[in-house]
Amino acid sequence: MNLKLLNQNETRLMNLRDAYSAALIELGMKNPNIVVLDADLALSTKTKRFATQFPNRFFDFGIGEANMMGAAAGLATCGKTVFASTFAVFATGRSYDQIRQSIAYPNLSVKIVATHAGISVGGDGASHQMLEDIALMRVLPNMRVIAPADATMTRVAIYKISEEKGPFYVRMGRADSPLIFESCDWFEIGKAVQIKDGEDITLVVTGPLLSEVLKAQELLKKEKISARVLLIHTIKPIDKEAVINASRETGGIITCEEHSIINGLGSAVAEAVSEEAPCQIKRVGIGDVFGESGGPSELMSKYGIDSSHIAQAAKTLLKERKK
Amino acid sequence: MENPTRDLERLYEDLEIKAVKIRKHIIESIYSAGSGHPGGSLSVADVLTALYFHEMRHDPKNPGWEDRDRLVLSKGHAAPALYAVLAEAGYFPVKELKNLRKMGHFLQGHPCMLRVPGVEMSTGSLGQGLSVGVGMALAGKIDGKSYRVFVVMGDGETHEGQVWEAASAAVHFKLDNLIGIIDRNGLQIDGPTEEIMTLEPIRKRWKAVGWKIIEIDGHQIPQILEALYRASRFREKPTMIIAHTLKGKGVSFMQGTLSFHGKAPSKEQYEKAMSELNLAEMFYKLRSKNNESQAVKPK
Repeated sequence: MNLKLLNQNETRLMNLRDAYSAALIELGMKNPNIVVLDADLALSTKTKRFATQFPNRFFDFGIGEANMMGAAAGLATCGKTVFASTFAVFATGRSYDQIRQSIAYPNLSVKIVATHAGISVGGDGASHQMLEDIALMRVLPNMRVIAPADATMTRVAIYKISEEKGPFYVRMGRADSPLIFESCDWFEIGKAVQIKDGEDITLVVTGPLLSEVLKAQELLKKEKISARVLLIHTIKPIDKEAVINASRETGGIITCEEHSIINGLGSAVAEAVSEEAPCQIKRVGIGDVFGESGGPSELMSKYGIDSSHIAQAAKTLLKERKK
Repeated sequence: MENPTRDLERLYEDLEIKAVKIRKHIIESIYSAGSGHPGGSLSVADVLTALYFHEMRHDPKNPGWEDRDRLVLSKGHAAPALYAVLAEAGYFPVKELKNLRKMGHFLQGHPCMLRVPGVEMSTGSLGQGLSVGVGMALAGKIDGKSYRVFVVMGDGETHEGQVWEAASAAVHFKLDNLIGIIDRNGLQIDGPTEEIMTLEPIRKRWKAVGWKIIEIDGHQIPQILEALYRASRFREKPTMIIAHTLKGKGVSFMQGTLSFHGKAPSKEQYEKAMSELNLAEMFYKLRSKNNESQAVKPK
């Protein structure tokens, strides 16, 4: 595996949504069956670029997410590979039953690609900060859930899911995120990626929060703590082997996610590990609360999911383990 | 050919006989299952019969035929009616109808497209079918195909907001290949639709959104056929056929009542229903035979 990380000290930022729209256009050129839907957020989700290029294969459903999901299902029954985009809060919460009944149950090729997930949405506040989408989507049979860590991975993930039959949920944030990978040609759905070796503890992470985890890993290194970093880009189906190995080999896991600590990555890891190789797990994520308006980094800090909180959780776990 | 009036009559007669047969299947399968929704299945039986045995282009030997007309049964609880027409059309053996709702068999309580040949969409949660129809109709437009999409809805389910999202989208995208049919039987689980949540003026509502409207008696085969014929010829707009029906139509003690919305008949009720339907079948067959002999009578 050619896992090359870009130097995080000279961070370049790139928006995952830009990578998504670029991938859509490339796919649209190759495959006439790619159809893209949006619900009055095409400028924000950046599907508008596809619309400009392929006006006959783009449909804006206005502010009607439930209908969009149903129509996506109908298109998929006719052999279309459908990408349906809107904000995560509407994509999953507003239209949960449509996704359940009309997409997941009949196992149709609808790829729900949601943006503006997580607390880093910032100023819009709690109404728009979706912290429960992984929970809602991962519980659905047939549904697979992916949260790419950077723009490079987003592009590859979009390609990969377009080749797979059945439904996917892809989660992206609003903010520009550090570019982490030079390339992601090694990307495999359902396969975790060990980003850093380590023996004392494992930091398991999903999504762009990887950059905070990498900082936390550096902080821990300075304190002579060797932390493994495991990226779970596919939350479902989760790479059980990778997390079980992490449990066995490092004896402690910190899960890190920009999502509620209830039924997100932390829960998925705990489920996998507790049945076969239990170890102590601490979940870093948003507690059982709604967010609020603020700047993205302020919120990440206040709600306890930045690098210092992640490093602290690791140290606490190691301290508790020694007792 | 020599007698086009008689040909048309014969078509109506055949469909009427078929519809009774469908009703018998509905009663038998729900009785055998011990649960299910006879009321709304019986009310939509004539419409489905007219669609599957006359109006729709479809091929039971090739359920995945790309150019087929599609039908979404948005009122998924009328699955016994859909299964009956699909079995009669040859999508699967008629004897399977007795395995409705039984474990290990494929006829689920509500339609499941992955298990039942001929079912175009899994339904059951009300108010979703019209959106799915919008998607299918859009696909037909993208691909330049001439197939039509029929969405059969209950009247009660048009309470759902999603129905009106779909209604707007169908007009906005000029989906003249989309035909909706509302089974306006006027009753929902909790009572008459107008007492539970007003639907009237139903015709004006759909018209206001921009649909072409055709209102018919949903138990009169000639009216159903004519409506479907006209609906397919409107351009630039979707059509809604409001089919006025009777819940439980065809079985005296189920007709127009709420009590058989979601309840299987007892053994005695089953026998009574079947004897009524057998009688109706006999009547339609006799009438047809009589008309036939009169038609060929030398002048």
